[in-house]
Amino acid sequence: MICVENVSKTYGKQTALASTTLVFQAGATTVLIGPSGCGKSTLLRIIVGLIRPDRGRVLLGAQALTADNAEVMRHGLGYVIQDGGLFPHLTAEENVTLLARFLKRSSEAINQRVTALSDLVQLSRTALSRYPKDLSGGQRQRVGLMRALMLDPAILLFDEPLGALDPITRSELQTQLKNIFTDLKKTVVLVTHDMGEAAYFGDEIVLLREGRIVQQGSLADLLERPVEPYVTDFIRAQRSPLPSFEEPVL
Amino acid sequence: MRILIACWIVLLLTPTVFAQELTVGSKRFTESYILGEIIQQTAEATQGTTAVHKQGLGNTGIVFAALKGGSIDVYPEYVGTLDKEILKNKAPADIATLNRQLAPMGLGVAVPLGFNNTYALAMPEEKAEALGIRTFSDLAKHPELKIALSQEFLGRADGWPGLQKAYRLPFSTPRGIDHGLSYEAIAQGQIDITDIYTTDAKIDRYKLRVLTDDRKFFPSYEAVLLYRLDLPQRLPKTWAALQKLEGKISEKRMIAMNAEAELEGKSFATIAAGFLNKEVNAPTTADPQQSFLTKLFGDDFWKLTTEHISLVFISLGFGVLVGVPLGIWAARVPRATQPILSIVGVIQTIPSLALLAFLIPLFQIGTPSALVALFLYALLPIVRNTYTGLSDIPSSLKESALALGLPSVARLRLIELPLAARTILAGIKTSAVINVGTATIAAFIGAGGYGERIASGLALNDNATLLAGAIPAAVLALLVQFGFDVLDRWLIPAGLQTQSPSLES
Ligand SMILES: Nc1ncnc2c1ncn2[C@@H]1O[C@H](COP(=O)(O)OP(=O)(O)OP(=O)(O)O)[C@@H](O)[C@H]1O
Ligand SMILES: [Mg+2]
Repeated sequence: MICVENVSKTYGKQTALASTTLVFQAGATTVLIGPSGCGKSTLLRIIVGLIRPDRGRVLLGAQALTADNAEVMRHGLGYVIQDGGLFPHLTAEENVTLLARFLKRSSEAINQRVTALSDLVQLSRTALSRYPKDLSGGQRQRVGLMRALMLDPAILLFDEPLGALDPITRSELQTQLKNIFTDLKKTVVLVTHDMGEAAYFGDEIVLLREGRIVQQGSLADLLERPVEPYVTDFIRAQRSPLPSFEEPVL
Repeated sequence: MRILIACWIVLLLTPTVFAQELTVGSKRFTESYILGEIIQQTAEATQGTTAVHKQGLGNTGIVFAALKGGSIDVYPEYVGTLDKEILKNKAPADIATLNRQLAPMGLGVAVPLGFNNTYALAMPEEKAEALGIRTFSDLAKHPELKIALSQEFLGRADGWPGLQKAYRLPFSTPRGIDHGLSYEAIAQGQIDITDIYTTDAKIDRYKLRVLTDDRKFFPSYEAVLLYRLDLPQRLPKTWAALQKLEGKISEKRMIAMNAEAELEGKSFATIAAGFLNKEVNAPTTADPQQSFLTKLFGDDFWKLTTEHISLVFISLGFGVLVGVPLGIWAARVPRATQPILSIVGVIQTIPSLALLAFLIPLFQIGTPSALVALFLYALLPIVRNTYTGLSDIPSSLKESALALGLPSVARLRLIELPLAARTILAGIKTSAVINVGTATIAAFIGAGGYGERIASGLALNDNATLLAGAIPAAVLALLVQFGFDVLDRWLIPAGLQTQSPSLES
């Protein structure tokens, strides 16, 4: 469980995140959605401790995140950004095992884990020996996922992980991710722009606007009981390639 | 790391300089070289004395600093220079006064050698004879004469402006001309009168008459020995021998010796030996008959090469040891960024000779001062590139490293430095290549290297010798560049080899 208590962050006059309180349920997937610049990434970075909030605090499980314990706490978090955030000077495998090697885990344990994870995300051994520049976008994303899962953290945080992928790779990865989340019972926070993705993953959806929570609930809640017209507007603004049945026929 | 190890090996191989009993210095022009050689050979001829001559250490400031610091015991100087440039006296002082002023520094001046190398005006002997001109005063009667003067002489208050007033010379402001070209211009009849030094080699060759300064406008530039006061006590016999040089060198003799060096290409050692009436098998470094290739690969080639490479890489090694941490500091601590980058930037703008003159009192003349100067010059490219390399790492990668939970030092070692490696290496390469060039000035303070040939080539106006120093330096610069390109392939991880432009320098 992740608790965000009265957390706020401003940059000069710009309020990136107004005072926000949120609970992310253990074992569930929460999706953060909202227009560009609404503070999704800011919130995620605060949870990882990359940004120190102006006010409030973050609890991971029972423990508050502080500057002193951030390093150790991060070992229990997996953070994946768009394109994987892979280090270009290391091979895919070196990227995945970097932290485990730094923490002096046995090479046997590391190898076993790498094999298990590459099966899980369906990445070939040859791809693992390549440098990030020689991998496709989807492969990079899988490597980023393996790196995040390496130490088997209880919490996974994704910032638009599938943003730059073609629809087929994207839906393939979506399926895999969803299976991983439910099989491994991870607490997941996922940022996306895409309403369809939000609907697919989200046990719970949090809609943000200008640094504030507009509505939090299941997809059904948002569709059927919008707290303000903006919720409906935002959901409808996403254009579907297929003819919509909900569009009133004039 | 590998570079550093290589530097240390070179350092260990560098020949150690043994202490000598008498060390003579000289300035960077023909006459000073010759006088230095005469002093050295005179001392050597005394029983039980060994003497070394540090040739062409530099300009007045550098050689004087070397004497004061104890790196040399004695060097030939001129009374007027002491008076004006070193002691900055308002009015001309006599030798006794100069000695009183120098005594607190532990220095003394003695043994007037017998000639005066001052400014004068000269014109072709025939024309002077025809017009009956012997003195500066005579010139006032001939406003039709064409006069051209060196830029320096035109500009100095104690040059043309003062001279014109003192003698009421009826010329409008004369043309400026390069000192090296004025003799040719007179020979071709383009001009009639120019300024010269009274012991210039070319006076006799071009058959010029040196006009007499009948109102004693120019101060005396009598040649004397400037020495450390402990010398006469430490080496009484040697000092006695040096005292015998008093009055031995006339202006005519000095002109002839300068001509032997500059016009006949004899080596300084040979000329000095000729003066002292003895035979030495001196190296003929300045013999124009020698082919350029023989000169290039002369006996001193490997010595100079070793010296040059040592200077470049030892200073570079320290530059890396200090510069990389400074660059990291600048990149990591925002408050430190501007101060660090400004300070190393300012160091870079100090002219090399000024920096050397400043360093010599602190680090002794020769290799130590040269190394410190080169080290300081090496800093800027290394610090700046380290800073840029680290700052240019995309923030998404820095964040990823942080989010993994790696501690600060590990992030630097495992992620940031490898990502910045290419830019840092490019900075080190720039420093190395610049150092190869800058190291040529080391010769001017006696630290050796290819600059020795350049310095003596400049002093003698001997282009072959100059090129025999400049060409190997240029080749070395290319080799260093090539070496670093190979190193780049070897050290930079394959994943970065054709990486986004943001990581390149
Ligand atoms: N370092 C910063 N300095 C100043 N302003 C910032 C900084 N980081 C974020 N902001 C501002 O804070 C607000 C929230 O940014 P954030 O990155 O959280 O948005 P986001 O919801 O992730 O947007 P997107 O969907 O485009 O990624 C934006 O208006 C942004 O301009
Ligand atoms: Mg964002």
